[in-house]
Amino acid sequence: MNGLMQHLVVTPVLLPLAISAAILLVDEQRRQLKRGMTLFAVLALIANAAMLIVMSAKDSVPTVYLIGNWTAPFGITLVTDKLTAIMLMLTGILGLATLLYSFARWDRAGPRFHALFLLLLMGVNGAFLTGDLFNLFVFFEVMLAASYGLALHGGGSARTRVGLHYIAINVATSLLFLIGVALLYSVTGTLNMADLAMRIPAVPREDIMLLEAGAAILGIAFLVKAGMWPLSFWLTPTYAAAVMPVAALFAILSKVGIYIVLRLTSLLFGDESGTAAHFADDWLYAGGIATLVYGIVGVLAARRLTIFAGYSIIMSTGTLLAAIGMANIPVLTGALFYLVSSTLGIAALYLLIEPIERHHDFDEPAPAPEPVFEDEYLAYYEDGQEDEIGVVIPATIAILGVGLAFCALLIAGLPPLSGFIAKFAIISGLLGEGQAITAASWVFISLIIISGLAVLIATTRAGIELIWSPTENSPSLSIVEAAPIAFLLSVCLGLMIFAGPTMRYMEDAVRAIGQKNLYIEATMKTPSSTQP
Amino acid sequence: MEVVLALAVGILTASGIWLLFRPRTFQVIIGLSLLSYAINLFILGTGRLKTDAPPVIPRGAATDPALYADPLPQALVLTAIVISFATTALLLVVLLALRGLTGTDHVDGKEHDEGRKRNLKRDERQDHDQKQDDK
Repeated sequence: MNGLMQHLVVTPVLLPLAISAAILLVDEQRRQLKRGMTLFAVLALIANAAMLIVMSAKDSVPTVYLIGNWTAPFGITLVTDKLTAIMLMLTGILGLATLLYSFARWDRAGPRFHALFLLLLMGVNGAFLTGDLFNLFVFFEVMLAASYGLALHGGGSARTRVGLHYIAINVATSLLFLIGVALLYSVTGTLNMADLAMRIPAVPREDIMLLEAGAAILGIAFLVKAGMWPLSFWLTPTYAAAVMPVAALFAILSKVGIYIVLRLTSLLFGDESGTAAHFADDWLYAGGIATLVYGIVGVLAARRLTIFAGYSIIMSTGTLLAAIGMANIPVLTGALFYLVSSTLGIAALYLLIEPIERHHDFDEPAPAPEPVFEDEYLAYYEDGQEDEIGVVIPATIAILGVGLAFCALLIAGLPPLSGFIAKFAIISGLLGEGQAITAASWVFISLIIISGLAVLIATTRAGIELIWSPTENSPSLSIVEAAPIAFLLSVCLGLMIFAGPTMRYMEDAVRAIGQKNLYIEATMKTPSSTQP
Repeated sequence: MEVVLALAVGILTASGIWLLFRPRTFQVIIGLSLLSYAINLFILGTGRLKTDAPPVIPRGAATDPALYADPLPQALVLTAIVISFATTALLLVVLLALRGLTGTDHVDGKEHDEGRKRNLKRDERQDHDQKQDDK
């Protein structure tokens, strides 16, 4: 680890920040230039993540980057290991697909779409990389602030209404985040994650309750973002109201919550953490199961695909939380595979919704509202470019139908796609090798299977209604819209074909996050570099 | 001093939470602001309360750290103030946009019927009283 290679750890944060700042300088009319810059940034992020994956595959020691060359625990650290590299890659892939899709029309629906888009990616990447709790708060806020802008992108009263709820909930949640961070600091005297992991086993018995309360309050902040029942009522309406490429990108936001819960439970409350070890596992399991049930009911009740996709996110959150609560390596490996595959599947579904529902008469909110502020951007509505669809592919119905079927198989977890491999890995981890199977595992296994059935019923119903029933005008689909969907689904196909190596890599990743000594060693022992 | 700070945090939090659950957008914003003040005070408290103690140790001086205030919570509070200020400003803009788009300041963007009926009834009663007074 030397020379330029070590800066790969910080570029996923710096690059989107720099380019989004540069994009702000470009006039709103020069759309092609903005698109080109954003596309370059996203492609560079993917290449960066790929290099980090290759780099971290070699050894199991996390790579640490000291910002400003201050050694831990005094400075802020960025840490990357296999899990981080996987999440960065997932973010990059989702970013590329949603960005390409937005070129079809949505990036024209409001000002500064590309800058906000890159800031969101920066916040997400930073949250994955950071090794410091307060720094995590800052990246979380960057991510949330960008997501407020994107959720409101396109305007209109429906979006503003749920946007207000979304912002209010997230501001309140950030305050909970701060309370949790403050409590942890008052008990341990540090906010560096490696330092915390080192000090938590030594926390005196009378302070354990305060420590657990702090961690629990902190956890609530992430669980709201992840969408655990009963903290998830905001999720479905907000995502359904956002423009579809944004909703597809938001699929990664709930996974940020999951990632942090996974990281903190394994690092701070793992096997060797003394009295506080595994204190949250039962809660996570119970919350995960409740979320899964809520998601299943919601999926069955959903009449619109947007609502259905929202509940699919909640279902996937439930599965992941319950798996984290189980805290055993085979289950977590399956869960990580499931995380990647379900995120891609749900994002593809969000992108599919618009072309599928375009020619059905739903009570759409009235377009072109009166501007509220004097300098409001209305070019989209003035241009009259709404109907510009580009090259229309023949046999659209067939393509859309196949796409929907793919998404359904992915989310439901039926063979032969990667969703099946993921769910199979979780269930086989739960069944274990010869040990007695606990009641908790049985409940979880049956709910996983029932959730697949629910998704299948719901998508079948939606497919019959939207694809089979004849409509006046046949739906149209441009290549710009079809390509990202095909890209996401082909990534899932790739996951299926290369399931062996991927699974091995993920198992190593899960093993590595359990070994907190490596993480502590790497962070605390990294010397400040001598060369300028 | 501890009691004063604890009371301040408690009262600010209680008022903030009560306002947060009110139906008018402006009340929600004020509630969030009060909550963020409460939490800033709370963070300051985690560095242990101390008066007349500087947060920065002079270079080279080997002094007793117990004489100094903990600088980290102060830095955290600064960051938290900036961030909550920015998000409150953003929320204010969305509030105005919602007011402009829907014509009401209810958080759901529409008046709920029970409330309106109650208001109507009250208005009727007032009219009635007014007329009787006139008579």
